Amino acid sequence: MPDKIKLALGQGATCSGCDIAVLDLDVELLSLFAIADLSFAPLATDIKYADVEAMADGEITICLFHGAIRNSDNAHSARLLRKKSKIMIAYGVCAAFGGIPGLANVTTTEKILQTVFQDTASTVNPEHIRPQTKYVSPQGHTLELPELYDEVLMLSDIVEVDYLIAACPPTREMNMQLLKVVLDFVQGKAPLPPKGTILALPKTMCDECDRTRPEKIIVDEIKSVDYTRIEADKCLLEQGILCLGPATRAGCNAKCMKANMPCRGCMGPTSAVIDQGASMLSAFASLLKTSNAEHLIPEEQIEKLMEKIRDPLGTFYRFTLPKSLLKKVVDDSNKPFTGAPR
Amino acid sequence: MTNTNENIANVPEVSALPFTPKIIVFCCNWCSYAGADLAGICRYPIKPYFRVIRTMCSARVDPEWILEAFKLGADGVMVAGCHPGDCHYLGGNYRTRRRVAMLRTLISQFGLQPSRLALAWISAGEAEKFAATVNGFIDTVIALGPSPYSKKSPLRAKEGVHA
Repeated sequence: MPDKIKLALGQGATCSGCDIAVLDLDVELLSLFAIADLSFAPLATDIKYADVEAMADGEITICLFHGAIRNSDNAHSARLLRKKSKIMIAYGVCAAFGGIPGLANVTTTEKILQTVFQDTASTVNPEHIRPQTKYVSPQGHTLELPELYDEVLMLSDIVEVDYLIAACPPTREMNMQLLKVVLDFVQGKAPLPPKGTILALPKTMCDECDRTRPEKIIVDEIKSVDYTRIEADKCLLEQGILCLGPATRAGCNAKCMKANMPCRGCMGPTSAVIDQGASMLSAFASLLKTSNAEHLIPEEQIEKLMEKIRDPLGTFYRFTLPKSLLKKVVDDSNKPFTGAPR
Repeated sequence: MTNTNENIANVPEVSALPFTPKIIVFCCNWCSYAGADLAGICRYPIKPYFRVIRTMCSARVDPEWILEAFKLGADGVMVAGCHPGDCHYLGGNYRTRRRVAMLRTLISQFGLQPSRLALAWISAGEAEKFAATVNGFIDTVIALGPSPYSKKSPLRAKEGVHA
């Protein structure tokens, strides 16, 4: 029996659901721990950065890093673990594409601090106190906090990533597949997959979904999933439920659709596109029903029709805003231009 | 054609502008590109701040390309196609129209002025309309100023993140 490999579970801006997803291996955890030792897992073991710094470079065989890069501590953690790990895996959609924390890119740090420390109804802060990244106490102790970044980044923005696993969180089947890849490599049965591989299928979710897809879908009205009786076996889009299946990568076995819930896109874009939102926008624009012949409809009415999607950014980029082409909102208020000529 | 010289006189010098915009104009092969071609043959003066990309149909313009143009620093993007009812592929331009309408909402959520994305119907014979529409759009974009996406974010520059 060769030496055990070393496994690390790194954390960025995360809800720790991905840690729980690893625990979800249940009895298979035994086969994992037969070949692997947990060398870094802040949720399960008591370990400090100093312990990781003391390790040799590349000492950790595989690091599963979950969570987005939201502040300087996340970035430090990612860089340190990258240095100490042979294989770095962006584990879960937050590390892979930004995930839910990535939605913070619809605003700025300044606005967030203003809301949290000033504007909320229950806040009393007459001195306008804001969190500091550095504080020296009267006794001379220096206390430091990580710097909150102005933009949420993906793991691959900060360090080189070997493999990606999207989903929120990765499913048990995906973990089993990953475990098999690792087992085969450790036992010398198969080489590792090529760098940059996304452990999922290249096609769209619709290919994997059990529901019957009609030849042509026309959406009359967008309905809320909470107030609609969903028919089994019938395409959710056909029933007026906004499902991101057409723009999302397959590989999770279409779990949500089996439970009568629409796809929200946590598997990220397919292999053919960069921008999941643009791809869904394109698909959805063709589905909306018009009342009369389209060439008779004036532009304004088309704009009204398209407004049926109230929040295209939040809906289409729910898990992938930092991965999208535009990545972050900007301020384009119409001020007279005063910069240097270009 | 009578006022051509006057129009040339109206094209401002580059140095006189507050900034020179970068504008992408997607033209469909069958109508708008032919219209652009005719505008050239007719020697209608058009301000030189736009680049034409020819596609077979305006519906071939993937929304991703428009977003990518903005990402790469375009100050304005125009999609030009056949008039409604005249599409060479029967209904391509209806899709374009829907997508551009939805994209305008999307880019305004990203904070961009929706008028940075324009849609125009220009037939193969409407050379004068092509010149007038593009000139008008260039003026709109100059008035809006440079796109905020033309600047790299300070965080990305500091952390050495690829664009």
